[in-house]
Amino acid sequence: MSAGAGAGRGAGGIVRGVLRTRSGRLGAALSGLIVLAALVSLVWTPYDPTQVDPADSWAPPFGRHPLGADRLGRDLCSQLLAGARITLAVAVGTTALAAVIGLALALSAVLPPPPVARGVVHLVDVLVAFPLLLIALVLAAVFPGRTWTTVVALGLGLGVQVGRVTRGELRRVLATDYVLAARAAGAGTGRIVRRHLLPNVAPTLWVQLSLTAGVAVVAEAALSYLGLGPPPPAPSWGRSLHDLQPYLTLRPLVLLWPGLAIVLTVLGFNLLGDGLREAADPHLRPAPHTAVDGAP
Amino acid sequence: MTVHPKPPHPTSAHPTSDRPASDRPASRPAQGPGTIPLFEVAGLSRSYPLPHAGWRAGGRPGGRRARRQAVRDVTLTLPAGSSLGIVGESGSGKSTLVRLLLGLDRPDSGTIRYRGRPVRASHRSRDLRWLRRDVQVVLQDPVASLDPRLTVGAIVAEPLECLRIDEDHGARVEEVLAAVGLPADARDRFPHAFSGGQRQRIAIARALAPRPRVLVGDEPVSALDMSVRAQILDLLGELTAAHRLGLILVSHDLGVVARLCDQAAVMRAGEIVERGPTAALLTHPTHPYTRALLDAVPRLPIG
Ligand SMILES: Nc1ncnc2c1ncn2[C@@H]1O[C@H](COP(=O)(O)OP(=O)(O)O)[C@@H](O)[C@H]1O
Ligand SMILES: [Mg+2]
Repeated sequence: MSAGAGAGRGAGGIVRGVLRTRSGRLGAALSGLIVLAALVSLVWTPYDPTQVDPADSWAPPFGRHPLGADRLGRDLCSQLLAGARITLAVAVGTTALAAVIGLALALSAVLPPPPVARGVVHLVDVLVAFPLLLIALVLAAVFPGRTWTTVVALGLGLGVQVGRVTRGELRRVLATDYVLAARAAGAGTGRIVRRHLLPNVAPTLWVQLSLTAGVAVVAEAALSYLGLGPPPPAPSWGRSLHDLQPYLTLRPLVLLWPGLAIVLTVLGFNLLGDGLREAADPHLRPAPHTAVDGAP
Repeated sequence: MTVHPKPPHPTSAHPTSDRPASDRPASRPAQGPGTIPLFEVAGLSRSYPLPHAGWRAGGRPGGRRARRQAVRDVTLTLPAGSSLGIVGESGSGKSTLVRLLLGLDRPDSGTIRYRGRPVRASHRSRDLRWLRRDVQVVLQDPVASLDPRLTVGAIVAEPLECLRIDEDHGARVEEVLAAVGLPADARDRFPHAFSGGQRQRIAIARALAPRPRVLVGDEPVSALDMSVRAQILDLLGELTAAHRLGLILVSHDLGVVARLCDQAAVMRAGEIVERGPTAALLTHPTHPYTRALLDAVPRLPIG
């Protein structure tokens, strides 16, 4: 039963499990591309992404500039590569924060005695009612032009949503017979959380977090588009869309690059999430149920 | 609770074994002097709010809601070296009673003593470690009672780890897997690779692992195919005999209880309506409900 290895502990097992699924492979490839772009941009870009050169205004692609240049003659390819860095930072930061906040909220909504837990549940209900972008806008207005503002705002907003979904899952798992059996076997709360709750909510959590990463990418672009993202010299993809948008009818092709980058990144994260879910869920693994049936 | 200082060697020391006999309920059946019953339950009641409220509606402070009496004033005793069957139709409160006995749920009123020591449900797992070392359970649904994310080896080792059993866990896991008739390579597989009967063997192995004195079965064969029921019942019978285990066997089928238990109690709507030696209950049922249950039996031959 090689299928069993996928659920094995450790990162190696998870990675192998993800790569066994088709969506996982595709998602990993797309996400890997973004990571690669971000890493490459740290040491090399064709041009300085902020370098203005009037002579190259609207330079065509596949010439001196691989993807062409914008009105000010800035190299689009360099901007795209450097933008991957911001996108990745925001996506990873937001998702990590959302995971921590979401899990903390969800656990404190199911584990403590009823009065406390109920308080948390009400708190989450109230927080969910706040529109995510509104929180982000307020934070961005108060602390303008910093990447961490975007990350904190999105992480808070999305973390609350992750918490709500995860709480439902935790409640489902807490009510199972295997948790009852674990308690009868002498397991305390900590062990039940680590051994039974977290692994069993992991499939849903992975999907949640991959969606979160996708939303974060889009939201960062939207904030930048509104001029509330990371400050101007940093060429985020949303910023590029914002800058190029007036020329949509004149030069549709230049808008294609940042737009495509955003779409592919979101798609990559979501596919990766699907792969993680499949790898984490033993029932979705191609394990032949009949393998050892029939014996005693 | 800090009231009960933990004995230095919990496995060897059995607290309150020197309790004066006068403390015990008078209703206790006659026994040899000095033998403490395994379980003594007196006036046990547990109710739940009705209708099964979601997290939102659950008991507003001051608000009163109707409650269902799942277990009502139950008194029973499991003498040492004895086996007790609890029979009753679905919803009669059997599983609730089992959870109370195991300290997994808190009664509204009444007391439970295991070998003389009071059982009190606690949020801290170590408070009841002494009980769990002695009393283990097999639940009804062998699909639901095994964590799908753990290997069989990890599942069976769980009580050994949680209860800090001082023994080579790997060797013990192998030993109990063999004892329940599972192949040695089962330990590296996941529960979904096994059939219902095999899964219940895994659950039995988990219960046996910490070498308990009492095995509690909450309808351990109800979810199984007819063809495997007899095998699992035989296995339970063999194991309890071989290890001199006390047995509390819950079933909605009097035939199952008749097969393994010398004492039986009949439960209906949370109450025990009749109890006594199983043979007497089978031949001279006094309560009409017991007679109705008996009429439903002949599916399993009494042997
Ligand atoms: N946790 C619970 N919350 C609310 N009601 C419960 C709970 N557990 C049991 N009950 C109710 O108590 C009654 C007895 O249930 P149970 O002990 O499971 O019976 P049995 O095991 O004999 O089928 C049922 O009416 C059931 O709905
Ligand atoms: Mg039941």
